[in-house]
Order: sequence, then C-alpha cells, then structure tokens
Amino acid sequence: MSSTTNYILGVYDDEDEVLHAVTAIKAQGIKIEDVFTPFPIHGLDVAVGHARTRLPIAAFMFGTLGMICALALISYTMVFDWPMIIGGKDFFALPNWIPVTFEGTVLFTAFGLVTTFCASNNLYPGNKVEPLDLRITDDKFVMAINVDKNKVSAADIKKALKDSGAIEVNTK
Amino acid sequence: MAGHSHFSPANVEEHFEFSAEGKKRIIYAFIAGLAALALGIYLLSKGEAGGHEVANAGHDAVKAGHEAAGEHLSGGAVSHQAGAEEHYDWTNRIWANVWLNAVFFTGIAVVGMFFVSLQYLTKSGWSAVMKRVPEAFPKFLYISLPILILVFFFKGDVIFHWMHHGVTEVGSENYDKIIAGKSGYLNKNFFLIRLVGFGALWIILWNMLRKKSLEEDLVGGSDLFTQMVKIGTAFIVIFGASSSIFAWDWVMSIDTHWFSTMFGWYMFASWHVTTYAVIVLAILYLKDKGLMGYVNENHLHDLGKFMFAFSIFWSYVWFEQFLLIYYANLPEETIYFLERWEGHNKIYKTSEILMVILNFLLPFLVLMTRDAKRTRIFLKIAAFLIIAGHYIDFYQMIMPGVLGKHGGYGLVEFGMVTVFASAFIYVISGELTKASLVAKNHPFLPEALHHDI
Repeated sequence: MSSTTNYILGVYDDEDEVLHAVTAIKAQGIKIEDVFTPFPIHGLDVAVGHARTRLPIAAFMFGTLGMICALALISYTMVFDWPMIIGGKDFFALPNWIPVTFEGTVLFTAFGLVTTFCASNNLYPGNKVEPLDLRITDDKFVMAINVDKNKVSAADIKKALKDSGAIEVNTK
Repeated sequence: MAGHSHFSPANVEEHFEFSAEGKKRIIYAFIAGLAALALGIYLLSKGEAGGHEVANAGHDAVKAGHEAAGEHLSGGAVSHQAGAEEHYDWTNRIWANVWLNAVFFTGIAVVGMFFVSLQYLTKSGWSAVMKRVPEAFPKFLYISLPILILVFFFKGDVIFHWMHHGVTEVGSENYDKIIAGKSGYLNKNFFLIRLVGFGALWIILWNMLRKKSLEEDLVGGSDLFTQMVKIGTAFIVIFGASSSIFAWDWVMSIDTHWFSTMFGWYMFASWHVTTYAVIVLAILYLKDKGLMGYVNENHLHDLGKFMFAFSIFWSYVWFEQFLLIYYANLPEETIYFLERWEGHNKIYKTSEILMVILNFLLPFLVLMTRDAKRTRIFLKIAAFLIIAGHYIDFYQMIMPGVLGKHGGYGLVEFGMVTVFASAFIYVISGELTKASLVAKNHPFLPEALHHDI
C-alpha cells in the first residue's frame, strides 16, 4: 500500500461481529475498501459488495485458446507438415486428438488462471507486501476504509467503527 | 446468508398434496400415451409403423454395400445379425420398447436410493433439505422390476440373442460357439436369480431406510441417523456390484458377442445424471407450487453442479469406450459402433449424433456459468435436455441389438414413454405425499438451511 493513501482501520476480534459491522457501516453511507480476515467468512464478500470475480471468464478464454492451440499443433504436425497414418486412420483423425485437445485445454486454463490470479493480486517474486495489520494473519479481522474515497469525515468514520464493535481503531 | 435465515424449525413440516386435479391430469397423459401406443401397435400390425421407415426407399444399394462390409468385418464366426433377422416379428418392437422404458425408469428409481445413501455415507449436510424427493423414487421399483421380470420370463428371446433356441446346443443349426462359451453366466436361471435377488435387496434396503427416515420425523435424535448411515453404506456396496451386473445383464448382453469392460460405468453414468435431472425438475415443480421455500439457490446450485459434472462424466465414459474401440480397431468390437453409425440403413446415425449434442455439448454450455446453475429456467432447460438425451442414449444401447433395421421412432415409442413417464410421476407423487417434504429431525438440517456457496 502506498504511503499517500489515508486509511482508517477497524480491528475486530469476532467474525460474526465484523460481518454485522459491515452491514452497519454501509448503512451509514460509508464506503468500505476491503475487509481482511485470517479465514474465509461466508457471505462477507456479498455484504461488502465486492464485484464478482471475472476469473471464470478468463478460464473460459484460456480454455478455448488451449483447445485451438492443441488442435492447431496436432493438425499441423500430423496433417500438413508431415502427414502420418497411424492405426490405419485418416490423417485428420479427430477422435485420436481429443485426449491431446483435452490436455491442452486444461494446461492452458491452469497456467493461464494461476498467472492471471497472481498478476491481478500483485503477487510476483520479489514483491514485498506490507500487511495493513500483521494480526490479520493471526486472529483479528480488519476493516479498511479509505478516507479519501469517502465523503464522511474521518472522525465520523472512527466513531462508526467504534460503535459497530471494533476493539481498536487505527490509521495508516 | 449465514445467520440471516428466517426459518424456524417449529413450523417446518410441509406436505405435498397430490390434488384430484393433478391426478386427473396425469391419468389423462397416461390415457393419451395408451391411445398413441394402441394406434402405433395397430399401424405396426398393418406394417406401416407410423411413418418411421423413411430411410428404406432408395437405400438398397447402400444397404447391400454395408452388409457386405459388415460381414467382412465380423468374420465367419460372428454372424451378428443373423439371429435377429430370422426371428423378427412385428410385435418385437413393442417388447423392445417395454424393456427400454423399464430399464430407464428402474435406473431413475434406484439412483434415487443411491443418492440418499451417498448423502448418508458421506454425512453430507446440504442435502438434508431435499433428500425426501429422491427418497421417494425407489417406490417405482415395485412396478418396473416386475415388468422386467415378466418381460424377461415370457419374451426374453425377443430381447436377448443368447436366449434364442438352440444357440448353446452342440449340433443345433443355431449353435453359436461364442454364446455357448458364455452360457455359464448368461443362462435363464442365473439371470433370474440375479434380477430377483438384487432387485429384492434394493427394495428391502429402501424400505428399511424409508421406515427409519419416517420414524425420525416422529422421535428425532441421532440414533436413527447412525442406523441410516449403516443402511446407506450397505446399499452402496450392493449397488456397486449390482449396477454393473445389471448393465451387463439388461443391456450389454443384448449384443451377446460384443463386450466392453467400461459398460457398467457407462450405463450407471447415464442413469445417474438422468436422476439428477429428474430430482431438479421435481424440486422446481414443488417450488413452483410454493412448497420447499427453504431449498434456495445454493442448493439448486449444488444440484446444477451435479448435473453439469455428471454430464461431463458421462461424456468421458462414453467417449473413452468409443475411443479405445476406435484405436484398437478389432472387428468384433467395432461392429457395435459400426451398427449404430452406418448399419441398418443408417437409421440410428441421427440419434447417435443427437445424443452426444444433448448429453454433452448443450448441458456443458447451458450449465457452465454460476448464474445458470442458480437460475430456475436454465436448470429446467438443462434437465429436460439431459432426460431426453439419456433416453436416446438408452434407445441407442438397446434398439439396434434387438430390432436391427426394424427399429425407428414412431407412435409406439412415443406412446410407451408417455405411459411409463406418467406412471412414474403418479407413483412418485403418491409417495411424496406420505411424508413431510423436509426431514424435520434430520441432525444436519440446520446446516442445510444455512448452506451458502
């Protein structure tokens, strides 16, 4: 996170509390940037109002690309570049190619998705990520609110966080 | 969402009422099916058979060519179609249809039990809200199993090549060395023992499970749950063996010379995904009636995932069976696909292609997105496609071997499936009324009510 960003962090110590707090904070017209938790909480992403991930669309596209590449490779090598008869079948023996096509589809989807996921989360070798609060990897739940993106004043945000059950309110 | 359900277990009991109007509608469908069937049989006896034998005219040359190819492929020892041709009688088509439908609906009925058993064995929570629906399905075994037994007993020689007169007698003009070699397994008595024995076990275990399940509504507690886990486990073990054995017996042995080691899986996959489609349709019907409000889009999503996954599973098994045979190219194996692809004046080719589109391509595309699996109309479309597709799948497994070039899609087929389907719906609806639609004392019910994916 860049140092110019102005965050207010509400720290909670119970997953039910943080889930209810999200609804309460949003009801006051405060925009929540993100909520960090040590483990997944059912319904939290919907409550925060995150847009649905577009990874499945990427998966479909990578899969289609893999299918096309596998078919292109095998038809180029087996039909055009060096035609080969295997098992007395036609050069263009589609049933023979289904396993290769399947593998190509899966391979492209898997590698493509891992790469996309890491890239979209800034996960790459050498990148040092500084957590907003180290305790989100242990037993605390942290709600991050970006002050600059909110019309509500910082003092009101802090008060709202306190009222919703935060055990600490920090700034970063 | 977690913790936001307004559901109170106190008012949970909910009963489906099989109204007089509903009964009347199904009985009308049954009568319409019977009428179509009767008309079809009448036309069949006149030799017209509802206009299906379109492919006949003008294809004699192709046919002759094909038969020559077929004989060449099958070699001297394997005169595959000879038996069917000699014994053909126009009534065969009726018995073939009875057999096809009885096998198809037996599958849906018994996989209902399999599904419930699996949920108990794996101690699954999410399905507790809807397990009463598949739990009612095996009731139809009381109708379909006796039909299978009777048809086998009286008309078995129409369906099965290995039951033809004299095929296992040395010196008979029908003597067939390959079939004689299989007669230790494929003989009338042993077949009946398997059919009656496993069929009885299915029904007994279902009755035990059903009784405990209904008792649970009254007394509660977890003792009955533990007992049902045991019954379910026993059933899975028995079903693992019997589903394969019945796949060989009821369907694979029609093409007696041919065999595939994947056939048990293949037929089970077909039964299995069809049953998911029927479960989805039954639940959506009940939801449209305003019942089962506690089955939300999360549960439907899971059922949609099952339909999606097992459509692909079926495609995988079907295609692997085809691919291995295609690769190896052994005449005695390829004859099975040759028959369906270009045999018998190509009357089975269209349905073979249609089947792959209906069972793989369309469910794959329709059910791919998350939203589709959570939207009723997409689930309904996919379920109908899957049921139709797998009916054609069973048609393709059974008809070419039994009827050969005399098969087709006509009023007999249409009437018979309507009769069976309406009987199935009638019986299952009757069984559904006998218990609350939700197992209100199921130990995992709270978990199921808060299911969130």
